[in-house]
Amino acid sequence: MDTVAVVAASPASTQAMSPRRMLGAYLAEARSECLRYLRAPGFLLPIMLFPGLFYLVFGVLMGKSEGADAARYLLASYSIFGVMSPGLFGFGVSLSLERDGGLLTWKRALPMPPGAYLLGKMLMAMVAATVVVLMLLAMATGLAHVALAPMRVVALLATGMLGVVPFCALGMLVGTLIKGQGAPGMLQLVYLPMSFLSGLWFPLSMLPKSLQQFAPVWPSYHLDRIALIAVGIVHEAVLPHVLVLAGFAAAFFALAVRQLRRVG
Amino acid sequence: MNDTTVARLAVAVKRYGSLTALDGVDLAVRRGELLAVLGPNGAGKSTSIGLLLGLIRPDAGRAELFGLDPQRIEARRRIGVMLQSANLPATLRVGELLRLTMSYYPNPRGFDETAALAGVADLLLRPYGKLSGGQQRRVQFALAMCGRPELLFLDEPTVGMDIDARQKLWAAMRALVAEGCAVVLTTHYLEEAEALAQRVVVLGQGRVLSEGSVDELRKRVALTRIRCVSDLDAAAVAAWPDVAAASRENGHLRIATARAEAVVRRLLDADPALCELEVQRAGLAEAFTELTRETAAEQEAA
Repeated sequence: MDTVAVVAASPASTQAMSPRRMLGAYLAEARSECLRYLRAPGFLLPIMLFPGLFYLVFGVLMGKSEGADAARYLLASYSIFGVMSPGLFGFGVSLSLERDGGLLTWKRALPMPPGAYLLGKMLMAMVAATVVVLMLLAMATGLAHVALAPMRVVALLATGMLGVVPFCALGMLVGTLIKGQGAPGMLQLVYLPMSFLSGLWFPLSMLPKSLQQFAPVWPSYHLDRIALIAVGIVHEAVLPHVLVLAGFAAAFFALAVRQLRRVG
Repeated sequence: MNDTTVARLAVAVKRYGSLTALDGVDLAVRRGELLAVLGPNGAGKSTSIGLLLGLIRPDAGRAELFGLDPQRIEARRRIGVMLQSANLPATLRVGELLRLTMSYYPNPRGFDETAALAGVADLLLRPYGKLSGGQQRRVQFALAMCGRPELLFLDEPTVGMDIDARQKLWAAMRALVAEGCAVVLTTHYLEEAEALAQRVVVLGQGRVLSEGSVDELRKRVALTRIRCVSDLDAAAVAAWPDVAAASRENGHLRIATARAEAVVRRLLDADPALCELEVQRAGLAEAFTELTRETAAEQEAA
């Protein structure tokens, strides 16, 4: 061993990470996360297909007799149904698979900036959620003749984009509790009943009274109310629903982080 | 002269329930050396690596990277990692994976230089999931070294590689060590440790069984093997002084001895027609088998 090599190996200045390179690492992580899932049709197709198909059948074809108001109502509800899935599945399934497959272990050993991994996944879910809402908006205006003011379109898009966050946190929690192939099934068990019980498939008024009273227990109920406010069906205060959703997101996230620290 | 330690386990203990995976292991990686960690399955190799990487925490004792807690990101910016099993994102291209991993490091190696050194320059545009097992290992090696690390962890790096790819990886590892990069290598291939390592640590049942240079480890098994074609009676040869064992296999006379020179001299005297004489020092494989067998026997006796 010679000293020249040793000097070359450790100039102390190389260990500091400039803010610019730090930002670059966050961006690179987010970009990779989006790219890899947008390239995987097995991930994106079901997320797009189910809300799209449901809206086509119930909103456009069967809703013809009910008029544009019904189509507008269902646009909000099926948007939320569509927004939940990239959060739950994009976050939950990928996290549990990556814990199982060793990718998360590898990333934890690398100097990946803390948070870049989760932030990347969240961004990916937001992109996917926005795409779903855009698709439903196109169907609503093009096929069901729903007329929405530009402000309402923006409000619905924003609801979808930000509304995915609590479901990311819930997906993350499920992903930390279940490892590997069991996660998709478990997430379906959360996703489908919760959608149904929050009135995303049929208006709540069509459900039994006892189930109606329970609806505010589900985060999806609150997001649906915000979407209904956004498209102008419901007129009530937004803030209580936002606060409830923020509370859900914080609680799920805190539990998931604790679990992740413990089991890795 | 540059005897500084870059990574260290100090009386590290790790238990999984009633199983003690590591039972007070002391391990030091010195700057610029290639340290091979050997041991049978379940000896504690992966647990030791996990502790040094901060993936798991010791129940007692300490794990340090560059004098810091391994979970500190400042310490991890100075290492590169290739794990035994990591399913990297299948839809990302090799070049994208490389750029992503480079982004984590303050002063990474150049993109083209990394690709050339790891032998992945022809794979850069291919999706990772479409590569063969050996090609994926090469990509993982590229990702491990792209950050210009001072310490590289390679966990079974050549599994699934053909001979040609393995030789190239060995050359790349030698080049890194020549640059001053320390390497911790776990492997099942003893010839790999023999060819590359400056120091070898043998683990068994959660303890360090032996530590030293390859030659020192070999010396622990003093026997030399002699093989020849001869009509001499194996049982008679076995009774000679200095002969540990003698047997006849496939027409060859095989002798194990601690004093090969004396035995060969007597052999040649006893049988002038003797031919195809081979004398071979016990390799690392024999030393390793001997070491791990000893411990197993001790355990049974205890």
